Amino acid sequence: MMGLPTLEEMQLQHAAAQVNALHAELIDDDRLEEWPDLFEENCRYSVISAENHNRSLNLAAVFCDSRGMLVDRIVSLRRANIFPAHSYRHILGPTRVKSTSGQIVTTQTNYVVLMTRNDGQTSIYNSGKYVDEIDVSGAAPRFLSKTAIFDTHLIDTMMVRPI
Amino acid sequence: MSIRQQTDAFDQAPSTEGCRVPYRVFTDRQYYDREQENIFKGNCWSFVGLEAEVPQAGDFKSTFVGETPVILTRDSDGSLHVVVNRCAHRGALVCREMRGNRASLECVYHQWAYDLKGNLIGVPFRRGLKGQGGMPGDFDMSQHNLRQLRTETVGGLVFASFSETVESCRDFLGPIVVEQIERIMCKPITVLGDQRQRIRGNWKLYAENTRDPYHASLLHLFHNTFGLYRSTQTGEALMDANKRHSLLYSIAASNDDAADKQAYGDSRTFDTEFKLQDMSLLKGRQEFADNVTLVILAVYPNLVLQQIQNTLAVRQTVTYGPDEFELVWTHFGYQDDDAEMQAIRLKQANLIGPAGLISMEDGEAVEIVQDAIVGEASATSYIAMGGGRAEDADHLVTEGAIIGFWDNYREMVGFDLEPA
Repeated sequence: MMGLPTLEEMQLQHAAAQVNALHAELIDDDRLEEWPDLFEENCRYSVISAENHNRSLNLAAVFCDSRGMLVDRIVSLRRANIFPAHSYRHILGPTRVKSTSGQIVTTQTNYVVLMTRNDGQTSIYNSGKYVDEIDVSGAAPRFLSKTAIFDTHLIDTMMVRPI
Repeated sequence: MSIRQQTDAFDQAPSTEGCRVPYRVFTDRQYYDREQENIFKGNCWSFVGLEAEVPQAGDFKSTFVGETPVILTRDSDGSLHVVVNRCAHRGALVCREMRGNRASLECVYHQWAYDLKGNLIGVPFRRGLKGQGGMPGDFDMSQHNLRQLRTETVGGLVFASFSETVESCRDFLGPIVVEQIERIMCKPITVLGDQRQRIRGNWKLYAENTRDPYHASLLHLFHNTFGLYRSTQTGEALMDANKRHSLLYSIAASNDDAADKQAYGDSRTFDTEFKLQDMSLLKGRQEFADNVTLVILAVYPNLVLQQIQNTLAVRQTVTYGPDEFELVWTHFGYQDDDAEMQAIRLKQANLIGPAGLISMEDGEAVEIVQDAIVGEASATSYIAMGGGRAEDADHLVTEGAIIGFWDNYREMVGFDLEPA
């Protein structure tokens, strides 16, 4: 028989869901310059296909191991990279707390990213799950690591925005 | 003089030189259908995978030659085989997984079974049940195998051909390509993973892109600004004797930032203001004694073998139709890579593939052509940088290898198919 969650469990779940919702909001609303602030300085951000992940292969589409690399991805998107104009819309499933260790909460959240290109058509671009380690010790929760494991291993043309 | 000034000063009079490719070859289904017959099922060798993807007896991998589904297998004796993934009975896919390990291949529809060479070894109810049914008395199992392709390997790369008459794979590739394959495949490799991208354009636009050293520093800011590739570098654009294949290589140590800045002038992609916060992305190791830091080996018709800094990968083209193809990237390192080298390769993978800070841009380059040539029946492109002939160059300001590709295409498919 499962007991009801404690107040602390509810608070952790709420904090984790909120930071995930903010993560999606910053990307979808093109506030990409604020996006790296959701991460610790020494963070890991990885977008990896389930095709690779399930074979224990580490090759990711995007792999950053510092907040500086996240900033570099955004500056590159703004200043360097050539790609078709598009926007994202994230649809998030419920965030579940899988475990807690001190001030670090490990969570899992399903997501779908819809893409809209210049021709006005919206398609399912990427679906998968986030597995996150969230540090709740500070004033605002921050990602110590965020791994987007995606089912959609056939990427539509390119991937330039964060998932 | 900056690039723009040079362009402006260029003689604009019509030239008799150069190669003109009718845009219909990228959009018209007829050309696509003819390519499947004459190129992918014709006198060519297509890349189907790495030996390292099927290391153990019984390992298999599903893939494609052009659009045709095939299976790469490793038999119990270690030999490699490529068969068409289509049951000899009523045409079902025999193998429905991307990869795995099996003792034999069995079609789920009626359980016809084949060995790993593709030979038919089992037909349920072949002699009927209770004296009823069964196959005709003269049914000969050996006449109903999976379609078996010729299969050869060069340096751990596996190629297959539908043709009984094409020369050996080594001869098809030619000495320059074989030498370059063996340079990169110089010791046992380990597969790091795959990346797949769907590009909404014709596969030949990507064949052009990978034979094109002209675009690489003008489209890709990362190449130019960080000196990973510039057309000012020491390098060459070489072809095999038949000019099907293309080798582009360059040496980043030949960069001269001040002179290069002059050459590129106000080019968007030479941006000295563009800085990275975390330069670890570009920290690698010199791992080849020849100091070559970039190799794009475009092998006709469906393969690119590449080294960009410390990223090593094969890129396989799978055709979907005239206006769509898939690019399968298989990244690898060496089995003797130490932990730091493994980390370098995984981090530098940020440069290539569909999310690659360099390579993502080639998908867009293909699509903006496809979008612009829709419905065009007679207009042509104009390809003439470097002199307008399919000639080798000891520099990187050329489109000669693209013309080599089209010379072969004209011979195998033609530019003037009759309307259906």
